[in-house]
Formats: sequence, C-alpha cells, structure tokens
Amino acid sequence: MNLQVLAQINSFLAALVLLTAFAMLSQRKINSLVILFAWQGLFLSINTAVTGFVAAKHHLYISSLLTLSLKVILLPYILHVLVVRLKIRKEMETIMNIPATMLIGIALVIFSYHLTAPVREMSTLITRSTLAVALATVMIGLLMMITRKHAVTQIIGFLAMENGLFFAATSATYGMPLVVELGVALDVLIAAFIFGIFFFQISTTFDSLSVEQMESLREDN
Amino acid sequence: MNPLHLIFTEILQVLIVLTVAPAFTGWVDMLKCWTQGRASAGVMQPYRNIAKLFVKDVVLAQNASWIFRFTPYFVFSTAVVAASVIPVISMNLFLAPSADIIVLIALFATARFFTALAGMDIGTAFGGMGSSREMMIASLAEPAILMSIFTVSLAGRSTSLLHIVQTFSGGVLVFRPSIVFAAIAFVLVVIAEAGRIPVDNPATHLELTMVHEAMILEYSGRHLALMEWGAMLRFFLFVTLGIACFLPWGIAATDNVVEIAAAVFLMLIKLAVIGGVVVLIETGLAKMRLFRLTEFLGAAFLMATLGVIAFFILE
Amino acid sequence: MILLVMIITPFVAAIILAFIGDRRFAPEANIFGSCLTFTASVALAMEVYKYGPILAAEKFFFVDAFSVYLAVLTSFVSMTTAVFSRRYMQREREHGRVGPARMRFYHAMFQMFIFAMLLCLLSNNIGVLWIAMELATLSTVLLVSLYRTPNAIEAAWKYFILCGVGIAQALFGTVLLYFAAEKVIGEGGEALLWTNLIEVSGMLEPTILSLAFVFLVVGYGTKVGLVPLHNWLPDAHSEGPTPISAVLSGLLLNIALYALVRCKVLVDGSTHTHYAGNIMMGFGIVSILVASFSILRQKDIKRMFSYSSIEHMGIATFAFGLGGPIATFGGLLHMLMHSLAKSSIFFTVGHACQMHRTQEIARIKGLFKGDPFVGWTLILGAMAIAGLPPFGIFTSEFLILTATIKDVPLLAPFILIGLAVAFAGLLRKVQYMVSGDVPSYCKPLEAARAPVILHMALVLVLAFYMPDFLNKWFQTAVELLK
Repeated sequence: MNLQVLAQINSFLAALVLLTAFAMLSQRKINSLVILFAWQGLFLSINTAVTGFVAAKHHLYISSLLTLSLKVILLPYILHVLVVRLKIRKEMETIMNIPATMLIGIALVIFSYHLTAPVREMSTLITRSTLAVALATVMIGLLMMITRKHAVTQIIGFLAMENGLFFAATSATYGMPLVVELGVALDVLIAAFIFGIFFFQISTTFDSLSVEQMESLREDN
Repeated sequence: MNPLHLIFTEILQVLIVLTVAPAFTGWVDMLKCWTQGRASAGVMQPYRNIAKLFVKDVVLAQNASWIFRFTPYFVFSTAVVAASVIPVISMNLFLAPSADIIVLIALFATARFFTALAGMDIGTAFGGMGSSREMMIASLAEPAILMSIFTVSLAGRSTSLLHIVQTFSGGVLVFRPSIVFAAIAFVLVVIAEAGRIPVDNPATHLELTMVHEAMILEYSGRHLALMEWGAMLRFFLFVTLGIACFLPWGIAATDNVVEIAAAVFLMLIKLAVIGGVVVLIETGLAKMRLFRLTEFLGAAFLMATLGVIAFFILE
Repeated sequence: MILLVMIITPFVAAIILAFIGDRRFAPEANIFGSCLTFTASVALAMEVYKYGPILAAEKFFFVDAFSVYLAVLTSFVSMTTAVFSRRYMQREREHGRVGPARMRFYHAMFQMFIFAMLLCLLSNNIGVLWIAMELATLSTVLLVSLYRTPNAIEAAWKYFILCGVGIAQALFGTVLLYFAAEKVIGEGGEALLWTNLIEVSGMLEPTILSLAFVFLVVGYGTKVGLVPLHNWLPDAHSEGPTPISAVLSGLLLNIALYALVRCKVLVDGSTHTHYAGNIMMGFGIVSILVASFSILRQKDIKRMFSYSSIEHMGIATFAFGLGGPIATFGGLLHMLMHSLAKSSIFFTVGHACQMHRTQEIARIKGLFKGDPFVGWTLILGAMAIAGLPPFGIFTSEFLILTATIKDVPLLAPFILIGLAVAFAGLLRKVQYMVSGDVPSYCKPLEAARAPVILHMALVLVLAFYMPDFLNKWFQTAVELLK
C-alpha cells in the first residue's frame, strides 16, 4: 500500500479518536462511556501500529500492543466490573448543558491547533498534523473531568487524557523511548488499581460515587 | 457541446426527478412496512395519493390570504428549480453552472419559510404550533447544513456544486476525515430537514408531535397535492444533493446516451440503498422529544464543525 | 554500586514490609531500611564530593551536586520520620484508627515513596523522572486516605485527581522536549538523557522549549503546590497521618521543585532569555502572597502549616526564577532549611494533635504546661519557619531578599508583605496554642524527641556555621544551575 493512503488512514483514525473524545463529552450513561473509551483506545492502538509501519519503527508495535491490552481490554474491563459491582445505573448529570460543553470542546480543538503550530512547522514526520488532535484529546479529557461530578466519569476523563498524551508522543516523535512508554503504562496500571480501591472507599463512605458531596474541605467553612 | 443536448438532458433530468421522487418515498415506506412486519401499499402509493388529491376540490378557509394560495405553487416550483440545477444524472446540464450550493440551501430555506408562513396564515392553533416548531428546527439545522456544505466546498475548492462534483468524481476513494464528518453531519441534518424520524414523523397526525403535518393541516385538493409532492421532492433532492456531494461516482460526464442511462441506473441503485439506510434509522430510533432536538442538531453541527476543523488540521 | 544500594534498599524494604509491616518489630525494620538508605546516600555524597558527578548503569543514573544534596536530605528526613512514626503509628493503632492490614500498607508505601523520590533525583532520564514523580503521587494517595474518614477520602481523591491532571501536563511538556531534543541528538532513549540534553541545550529550538516549559511548569508546579494549582495540597497534607504530612511537605515538594529547576536550566540554555525565570517568579510571588494570607484564616493546625509550605515553596521557586548566584544559593539553602524545619514542626504538631485528639487550633491549648517539650519545640519551630533569626530560614530568606532588592527591587515589598503576614499569622495562632491551661481532654503522652531535636539543632547550627564542604557543595550546585 502506498504511503499516501496510509497517511490518510492515519489522519482518519486521528479524526476518529477526536470523535470518540467528543462522543464521551456528550455521553450521559456510564456504560456507554466505558465502551467509548475502549473504542478510543482501539483507534489509538491501530493508529500507533500504522504509524509504526509507515515509519518502520518497530517499538511502536509494542506500544500498540500495550495500548490494546491495557486500554482496550484491561481498563475497560476493570471499569465495567466496578460499574456492575457498585451498581451504577442512572444517567449522570453534567454541570453545563451538553451543547455548550461541545462548543467549548470545539474551541479547545482550535486552541490546540494554534498551540501546536510551531511543532507542526518544524516537524518532518507524516504524523505531525495529528499532534493538534492529540492535544485536543488531552484538553477534552480535562474538560470532561471538570464538567462531570462523578468519580467514575472523572476517572474516564483522566484516562482519556492519558490516551491523548500517548497519542501526542506517537504523533510528535514516533513514540517516546520504550522504557518511558513502559513506565507510563505501569503508572496507569497502578493508578487503575488505586481508583478501583477509591471507588469502594468513596461509595462505602458517601453512599454514592458523586463527588459533589465531597466538598467539606473548603476554605470558606 | 451542443446546447440542444444540454437542454434535452436538463428536461430529462427534471422529468426524472419529478417522477422518481414519489417512488422514492414509496420505496422507503414500503421497506418500512416490511421491516415492521406490515403489508405495504406498494411503491406506487404516493402517486395514487397525489392523483387523488389533484381531482379533489380545494377548500379554503375564509380568511386565507394570498400567501396561503401562493405557497403550494412556490414550494413546488422551488423544488423544480432545485431539480434542474443539482447534477443528478449528468454534469452537463443547461443550468448546472448556476448551481451554487449556498444558493441552493437558501432556496430550500425560502420554501420552508413560506410553508411556515402559510401554516400561520389561517390562524389555527396547530398551524402556528407547527410553524414555530419548524422554525426552531430550521434555526438549528441551517447552521449545521451550511457548516457541512462549507467543508465540502473547502475540499472541492468552490461553492459551485458542479465544480465540487467534477473534483470529487475524478478522485479515488480516499479516507478524508473532513468529508466523512461532513457526510455524517449532512445525514443528520437531512433527517431533520426532510422531517423524518427521529425529528418528525411524516406518518403521524398526533398533535403533540407533528411538525410538518401541522403546518399543512389546512390544505386540501390540488394545494395539498402540491405540498405533499413538494415535500417528497424536497426529501429526494436533499438525498440527491448528498449523493452529489459525497458519492458522486458514476455520474455522466458527457451527453452520451449510454452513459446517461448508466448514470440513471447507478443513481437508482444508490437511492435504493440510501432508502434502506433511512429505514434502518427510522425503525431503529424512537421519535425524540422536541427539546432533545437541540442535542441532535447540536451533534450535527458539531460533526460539521469537526469536519471543517479536520480539514485544516489533518489535511 | 553505592548508588544501586541506595536506590534498591527502599524498594526491597517496601516489598518486605508489605508482608511483615504489622509485626511488632516492623517500625524498627522501617527505621533500619531508612538508616541504610541514609548511610548509602552519605557515602554517595562523599564520592560525588570527591570525584564530581557520577554516571552509572549505562547512563541510566546520574548524580551531581544538586541531586545528591537533595538525595541526602531526602534520605535523612525519611530516616527521622521513620523514627518519629514508630511511636506515632503505635499510638494511632492503640487509638484504633488503623488496623494491621493498614499498618502493612503504611510501612510498605512509606518505603515505596522514598524509592520513588530517590528515583526522581538519581534518574538521568527526564522521562523516568516523570514516571517516578507519578509513582510518588500514587504511593502516597492511599496513605492520605489511610484513616478512611470522609474528609480523608475527599482529600486523597482531590490529591489523586488534581496531581494526576497536573502531572499529565508535565508529560506533554516532556514529549515536546523530546521532540526538540530528537532533532539535535537523534532518535532513541539518548535524547531524553539529562547529560545529553544539557550539552546541546543551546541548539534546542527555543519556540518548542518555551511551549514545553509552559506545560512543565503547570505540571510540576501542581506538585510543588504553586498557587493557583495548590488546591490539593492543604487537604492532602492535613488529612493524612502526620508522618506522611511531614514527608509530603518536607520532601515531595522539594522533589517537584527539583524537576522544575532542571527543566528551567534546559529552557534557559535554549532561549537565552529570562522567560522561564519570569514565569517561575510570577508563580512564586503569587504563591507567597496567597498562602500567607490564607494562613490567617486557618482553623486546622496541619492545614495552617501546609499553607506555610506553599509559601516557602513560593519563596524557593521565586529564588530559582530570579537566578544569579546569590538567589540560587539562597534557594538551595531554603529548600534544605524548610524541609528540616517543616518536618520537625509536623512531628511536634503530630504530638500535640495526638494529645488533644484533634487538629482544631481552638481546641489545642496549654502546651507549655501540658508538655513543655512539645510546647517549646512548637513555638521554636514556628519561629524558625516564620523566618526569625537565629534560625537558618532567616539566612536563606535574607539572601533571597538581598538578591531581589538588587535585581528586581519592585518585587521585594511583595515578598516582605508575604513574609510579614505569614509571620504574624503563624505566631499568633501558635502562641494561643502553647499558652493557657491544659484542657481536660488532653492526655499526656511520651513524645519521640530525638528527630525533633536533631532537626531543630541542624536548622539552628547551619545558620551560624556553614561547614566548608556544604558551602562548596552549594557553590557547585549553583554553578550547575547557572
């Protein structure tokens, strides 16, 4: 297959990553969020593999497999199990209405585009244009954490941010050195166990996973 | 190229659009009946309806103004004008060079504006309600469709529909994220523009939900026939517009008769498939509450905007 | 070799303590592990002092004067904290606040935390530095929620989320740094090694590094507790067990600042402007002012001292941002003094809280009468941290102020206001707590005195007499950070 088409497939996958980020921003149901997160990981993993093929960087295959196993299978599975165990059913309320959140999301995408302009100008990689998407994914993850008042959605936002970071590494530099990638994956894994423990601690202490009730530690009391 | 040929193709296309549009609606209805396990009235049912309405008398409310009488003709004629400029079967149309895509959208919007006016003209509750709802949908849908169109125009480097079709039909099938986003947005908006489920249900007269039907509730006879036919044309034309923008492959580039025949055949296949997709959407989804429409059309707008952004960022 | 011993000891100790952490001799094992680490770090420091910077394990580890000084400090404070935590945690266990499983967890995570911090300091790879920093957060998150009270869980959750988000920005900054470095050094792990980066820093693309520094300062700045990224800090420091508050305030903040300063050196090398320094000075000033005024409003004693930590980190950040030999020297000294004084304060605060079974300032009274040792060390500690002579913090603050008045006189009043407000706030509240009669609910207990005395003595002695080797050491570090 020629490189042109592969590069186009890559940007298409990048677009899909962005799309899933937006879909997560608009999703109210936790189960669907977990599924969307898994999809995002899948697109990311394929994207990494394609990049690895285009750039002939074989360590990217390992990163791709790592993403696949961690972010497509393991983390969604853990989240799913937690959601089932903790009996989270109801739809999540957002702080802002969803169209407004979306508009902010679009603004963030444009912002990221401008922020990454110097990198794009300097870079010679085929994937350089996807860096803006990667940063946008990070920002949208952040936005999701801010606009949701639920522990699980905050975590999913956090993990989506982490996806964006991984994506940024792939698109700006064809991936960080393997030792760093592995270390980051290890940190994410540990974080996964920690938030798992947290969910139980929070739900047993507060009777629900909404973080709105966790507001006693403020300066004005 | 021979101008006579151009005019001939033009007339042929308008005739084809006028005749095929009810059949397309009939086809969608038939598929829908099948998927829901009902016996269908067949593809020809819309023709029978229109024919029946044409022979009936017109009953006009006493306070109906000229707007009420004028609107059906206007709506129908805008559809005919649109049908004459959109390259449906061939790029070599007499009027095709005048097909600016934004003008086309404006044309549809004008027709919709008059329909809404006519809905309020008599002064009944349903008409006004339908008009206000229609305008709400329009105010959300128009930005989205324009955004989607912008993406296509950016990629085609022109707002002339003909130019866009020429650019796209020459290229190979490629993954262009911007076009994919624009296409998704377009599909969502067309559902709203054409008044299909989940935005509006063309088969209902339930006062709580109807939008388009509420506006044309006071029409009868040939007026109603023209309104109905106009609505079918509108649906059909939006679909062909979508085909022209996103799936233009196979359209006739010359005025060769064989090629035009092949184009017509290919167009029918595309339409049949799209009808199937529409039915899948309609049976798969329940009609939305009116206030959820902001989210639905907001999503369409988002998609279209992402398309524009993706064009700049990724291409 | 010594380096490996030093880094592996806490890791092995963590694993061992994960199994035996609830036994009777576990605290002693904890102390022993920390002592071993400290001994190794001193030996390493002597080697660095004699032979200069060391590269080890295929360039994976790198030690220079700057990092080894913090490594010695880290292992020293963690050792004294381990001594302090022996009695403290025993008492908490008697009070029924923690069970055997949580004791195991506590001990293991304590050592793991030290491991993460040492890895931060000794790693030559700025990617690994990031990973270790994240590991340091993760290992302490569940320690903050050790008591499982609603407040503790809330604090830990905030800590986890905010630091996670912050540190994620730092990773993005690191990616950009790698991107810039890759252009010069070439692909692969080499491009993230500090020793390589510093050599080519002049060739790195300034625009990229400026952009990267914004992300790095937001990321690591969150962990330093710079205002306005500080929201997690007072909560996390006040709700966890006191030994953890001591190491969080005394050590973790230093490590984060260390990472930030390292990045700043790179950015300065590339841009040749005062861009990074200005950002740090801005954050520093805001932190000093906001934190000092927040001190006035605190009702919780540990919270109050956490705000004081923010203030002091602001001062140190400001000093490094200002640059120049005097300010940098002052910054280094300030990090050292603050971490000694602040951890000793947390030790005494821990005693006071345990005696009164509360952290509320209004309910802690009569420390002079109840337990003179705790009372006096608390007031002396507060004086030290407020920057009164003859304590070491006065020296470092004096140096920093001198440099400020020389280079940016306009900013000096702001720092002075901050220091004065913090001084007033701290002493007023501490004075209230030490005076008066002993309340009825106060139960005396035996304090762990050695760590407190040791820290306070060091803070006092270093103010008068700076040993030659320490002086030379700092000078070398100042050279490195120029």
